[in-house]
Amino acid sequence: MTRPISLLLAAAACALSASALSAADAVSMDDPNIAVDYEEGGRYYTEDGIPTFNVAEDGTVDWPTFSGFRRYHAECHVCHGPDGEGSTYAPALKNSALEMDYYDFVDVVVNGRQKVGAADNSVMPAFGTNPNVMCYLDDIYTYLKAHGSGAIGRGRPAQKEAKSDTFSEMEDACMGS
Amino acid sequence: MKTLTLLTSGVALFAASFASANEDLMTRMDDASQWAIQTGDYANQRYSELDSINRENVGDLQVAWTFSTGVLRGHEGSPLVVGDTMFVHTPFPNIVYALDLNEDGKIKWRYEPKQDPNVIPVMCCDTVYRGVAYADGKIFLHQADTKVVALDSETGEVLWEAVNGDPSKGETNTATVLPVKDKVIVGISGGEFGVRGHVTAYNMETGEQEWRAYSMGPDEEILVDPENTTHLGEPVGENSGTNTWEGDQWMIGGGTTWGWYSYDPEADLIYYGTGNPSTWNPAQRPGDNRWSMTIMARDPDDGMAKWFYQMTPHDEWDFDGVNEMILTDQEVDGEARKLLTHFDRNGLAYTMDRLTGELMVAEKFDAAVNWTTGVDMDPESENYGRPAVVAEYSTEQNGEDVNSTGICPAALGTKDQQPASYSPKTELFYVPTNHVCMDYEPFRVSYTAGQPYVGATLAMYPAPESHGGMGNFIAWDNINGEIKWSIPEQFSVWSGALATAGDVVFYGTLEGYLKAVDSETGDELYRFKTPSGIIGNVMTYEHDGKQYVGILSGVGGWAGIGLAAGLTNPNDGLGAVGGYSALSDYTALGGQLTVFAIPD
Repeated sequence: MTRPISLLLAAAACALSASALSAADAVSMDDPNIAVDYEEGGRYYTEDGIPTFNVAEDGTVDWPTFSGFRRYHAECHVCHGPDGEGSTYAPALKNSALEMDYYDFVDVVVNGRQKVGAADNSVMPAFGTNPNVMCYLDDIYTYLKAHGSGAIGRGRPAQKEAKSDTFSEMEDACMGS
Repeated sequence: MKTLTLLTSGVALFAASFASANEDLMTRMDDASQWAIQTGDYANQRYSELDSINRENVGDLQVAWTFSTGVLRGHEGSPLVVGDTMFVHTPFPNIVYALDLNEDGKIKWRYEPKQDPNVIPVMCCDTVYRGVAYADGKIFLHQADTKVVALDSETGEVLWEAVNGDPSKGETNTATVLPVKDKVIVGISGGEFGVRGHVTAYNMETGEQEWRAYSMGPDEEILVDPENTTHLGEPVGENSGTNTWEGDQWMIGGGTTWGWYSYDPEADLIYYGTGNPSTWNPAQRPGDNRWSMTIMARDPDDGMAKWFYQMTPHDEWDFDGVNEMILTDQEVDGEARKLLTHFDRNGLAYTMDRLTGELMVAEKFDAAVNWTTGVDMDPESENYGRPAVVAEYSTEQNGEDVNSTGICPAALGTKDQQPASYSPKTELFYVPTNHVCMDYEPFRVSYTAGQPYVGATLAMYPAPESHGGMGNFIAWDNINGEIKWSIPEQFSVWSGALATAGDVVFYGTLEGYLKAVDSETGDELYRFKTPSGIIGNVMTYEHDGKQYVGILSGVGGWAGIGLAAGLTNPNDGLGAVGGYSALSDYTALGGQLTVFAIPD
């Protein structure tokens, strides 16, 4: 435990685990960290320019959030459990995405972090060189935020917006295909 | 390589002859008072002749003593008992304790390796370790970071070390090793990181590498003789490890070797299975992907393959073929046969002739299995030995970016590594199983060394239209290919079973129960709730004339991923969500050995 950021996160995780079930109730869709301010190329943003989700009244989710569901369950769920609910050895990311600052979230995914001690052998790897994660990091973030806030439930979102041309272009460029 | 051998005590020198080292281990395996190898014996039967705990008195079982391992997270495998010493291992950081059974389990020595914690996140599915091995006065530890260490079993002193793989490329270890003759046979994990699997033999005295057999690649690297190595009776031919792959995908082809190994001393063959081809997106690796998903029989002296059988050509579901091969001598149609029985992740139980590799039986050991209608058993057919794939559940035929739903079993298989047991008294196999189905959507991924290389998104849920639970504990007849009885369990049974001459079968559950059932009927005779969920294997031994039963508790492993928060079926709609109880409502992390006995 070296970086102060980790200390803050650990504290947040403890607080959350005590009230994980009620986390969704406490979240308002008007929260400035969640509320959609504008859309650009099929992706939604808060007024601070932070990626966020958009769920229509009929349950249709934005494409990046759906993409995040898919990528999460390929890259993250073998440690963090289905639907970001956590496992016996890794925290519930649906809560982390709400509690953590976006830039801190990105930092942990890119650089990883370690909690190794007498009772803890918890290590998040650095995904900075992995295009399967990095090209979809904002997608994964908004998916977890959407589920953590209760805007979407567990499992596969039933309806989604179409993939935008902008999204496709950026995806191809990032994945090199 | 360290040359500490000079410092070793008389214990190691006592067994300087290679042949006698092996005989020493076999003598201990034959002595029911000891539990000298993780698998019970070379045949992997997990059967004990001890019968002072039996169906009449097992209900009186009580806890005799306990031991905390000091480590949380998933505890797989079991302790060993060699002479008057018990050896207990832990998940990462892979501590080994030697407990003196003559002094109430006092710690004779402990060994804790130094490992880079960066190995933790490149282990798929928790930091489990399935235990140490013993031979020739040595304890063999195979660390998470793939270092193989020989310890003096009396003192814990390091005798030699060898490095088997590179964790920075995703190569890790979770398995035990198999001591055979003068060698230690070692596997590797990392199929989800594009690791090309291999089996390696190290010299038991020196730690020097003697041979390595890859699962795919050129003939000289997979150690086959194109003319004499057979697949279902036919020579495999040249380039069999590359010609069912497109381009050089075989170089990151998976087929890792993290399961249990067995050995037939008479035939002088070792048996094991290879894991899934990588990636999980079948469209990125056209062809049969040989020799992933394959049962292998090899000569332990030089690694040369005698026969192969590929169970799931061109895997589309992550049905690793690594589960144990149980060796039995049974009568079939009035004829004495040397059999190999294997309960695969793909939901089929195979009975084979272990000398020739002939396929005798391939039947579903869970009625829920739906991805195949069965295996072609006609030797004249061009599809001989191949499973017929049901189009609806084919993630290959449905294609990339399509979500195939309702596939049974799920990727964790009808059974994972949790080993079954066999009782020669009943001629039944006692099999811990999963009863879980899945949706599977493959998509394109790119390979980066040391990073996950998966390429599919999965949702898993209890088998629909069944008892609602996620597991069964079954008794299986391997000659007729049928279930004799089945005990429904709320959660996957992720604990290795033990059958004894006392007509009792033991297994653990994810809630933490140690259960004993009647080997004939499956009737429950005893249960006790240990401090944490059980994914370890039940073992038994005798000390001072008294029989004991031991089990490691410590929930985790792959079972700890999904079940911790509970599994939901996205197709059931909101009404059913929450209907499946979460494992976290029953148990929490732990790490403890519980030892049972009948009170005096």
